[in-house]
Amino acid sequence: MKSIAIAFKNLQRKKIRSFLTVGGVGVAVAVLVSLMGFDEGYQRGLRSDIDKMGFQVLITAKGCPYEAATLMLKGGGGLRYMDQEVYSKIINDPRVAAITPQLVHTVYDPDKNNGQGGLALYMGIHRSFLDLKPWIKFKSGNWFSQDDAEEVIMGYEAAEFEQRSIGDKIFIPGIEKILTVAGIFERTGTQDDGLIFLPLVTAQNIFGLPDQLTGIGIKLKEISQIAGFEEDLYDEPGIQVISMAEVRGTIFNLISSAKVMTNSIAIIAIFVAVIGVVNTILMSVFERTKEIGVMKAIGASRFDIFRIIWIETTLICVWGGIMGNLFAIIAARLVEHMLRGILPYAPSGHLVVITGGLLLSSFMGAIIMGLVAGIYPALRASSMRPIEAIRRGE
Amino acid sequence: MSTPVIKANNLTKIYKLFAEEIYAVNNIDLEIRCGEFVSLMGPSGSGKTTLLDLMGCLDSVSCGRLEVLGNEVSCARENDLVKYRRGIISFIFQEFLLIPSLTALENVELSLHFSRMTKERKHSLEIMERVGLGHRINHLPKQLSGGERQRVAIARALAVSPQLLLADEPTGNLDTKSAQEIFSIFKKLNEEDGLTIIVATHNPKLGLQASRTIFLQDGKIISKEKSSLFLEMI
Repeated sequence: MKSIAIAFKNLQRKKIRSFLTVGGVGVAVAVLVSLMGFDEGYQRGLRSDIDKMGFQVLITAKGCPYEAATLMLKGGGGLRYMDQEVYSKIINDPRVAAITPQLVHTVYDPDKNNGQGGLALYMGIHRSFLDLKPWIKFKSGNWFSQDDAEEVIMGYEAAEFEQRSIGDKIFIPGIEKILTVAGIFERTGTQDDGLIFLPLVTAQNIFGLPDQLTGIGIKLKEISQIAGFEEDLYDEPGIQVISMAEVRGTIFNLISSAKVMTNSIAIIAIFVAVIGVVNTILMSVFERTKEIGVMKAIGASRFDIFRIIWIETTLICVWGGIMGNLFAIIAARLVEHMLRGILPYAPSGHLVVITGGLLLSSFMGAIIMGLVAGIYPALRASSMRPIEAIRRGE
Repeated sequence: MSTPVIKANNLTKIYKLFAEEIYAVNNIDLEIRCGEFVSLMGPSGSGKTTLLDLMGCLDSVSCGRLEVLGNEVSCARENDLVKYRRGIISFIFQEFLLIPSLTALENVELSLHFSRMTKERKHSLEIMERVGLGHRINHLPKQLSGGERQRVAIARALAVSPQLLLADEPTGNLDTKSAQEIFSIFKKLNEEDGLTIIVATHNPKLGLQASRTIFLQDGKIISKEKSSLFLEMI
């Protein structure tokens, strides 16, 4: 007869109560794992999105850097315009490994969002676009036939959504222009998948923005040259230089306050669970006062009693930890779907990433929670004097 | 001359009830030798249970001196008293006090577990056979009759091979037949194994079967003359 077997049998006596307490711990652990998984997933997704933009530095027209950072993630540029002359100046800089000009423009499309209307995003790109994003492959078709061709290349999801194939005609509302689908990109897992690309010159012509750009993406030969490069462009009028490291830092700073909030929720959930466990075990100890007295009368030491009660509490938390982890794994995609509906910007990829390390640490956390929660009830039980416990329990 | 298992001098236990002091055991001098079968008799509130609790190291002594197997326990701390309850002294209660979630066999194993004794299962089975419950080992206490439960309690007490067996009204909740069976087990243990047994009982028919009877009244041992009067009264 081992202490663990005694503890297990004790918990089985009040099955519903034990199950509810385990459930309470499980919910707390599931909340913790989901929130931590979201934190991990969001950061990973964001990092991946930024890295997959292909450039280390973005030059945009002067404006709010936060707005620019957000717009970059939504398509690679802002809606402020700068002169194309800037591009001509930078292209010959010996530090530049690759450079691509971009022109983003939005058009109101009354058919978008199931007929409710919305903004359609078009991006004018240069052939050098592929130099910065060498991983992009064509699912079908090819690059534009000419630099001013009236053609588009569609991102994977944009083509899937509109059921387009090569040779199809695309109508741009408002401008009353019809363009031909020249190519469709493979899926990249980035925001590029949802965009429609057209030749930079064509975009400048049909949107009435000759020699205008919204952004210039640059990849430097040496990453250590970023600071000096930024410094040199500091005096250039009407533009701002944003490094991707800065963007990442800015966004991570922005979400860090949300992280504090989510961590607080997790801590509250755990605190409530601990109180629930302490309450359940204390109740159980009081109900078994007489039995504890008997155990002491037949030779149990204070430590024997302490150990039994401590094991009971830990068992509850171990089961709760397992249940919570399973629940978090099963519900991860559901949580992700809900979060995507709530968040104004959600990076691509899985938004909730539950790693083995996270599961292990949450499980260990549940065990520690059990050990801590069990101390007071175990001390109460172990400090009972045998004859008093037997009489009090009568 | 055999060794005294229990030796008490001016043994006193005082309970405080608000401002009033109640002498549950009052200045008792007592010596119980190894191999004796002693019954404690007396009316309710005479101090039988309290005296047993003190001798069983379950309760603390207020005044006086108490020795168990030559060791003074009157001033011992709870941690030291555990050593006596673990394999030296075993206790049997009127209400059996088995652990309801454990089977009969597990209840017996429990005392061995707390006494740090190995080979729990084999030894427990032997003891269960000895008290005639070899066929009821996997039954929970609620599935057993009163007599069977008390026999499980006896098996639990005997499993640790104690030197002193204390029983507080062990037949109080049993019918006449079961009560006699339990007493017969005690007599057999005393006669065949030489186990020292102290039994508190109301039942004179059973109590007088012991080799020595001690009568208590108001926490004190009373004389033989007074005890005869007491026996006549009941």
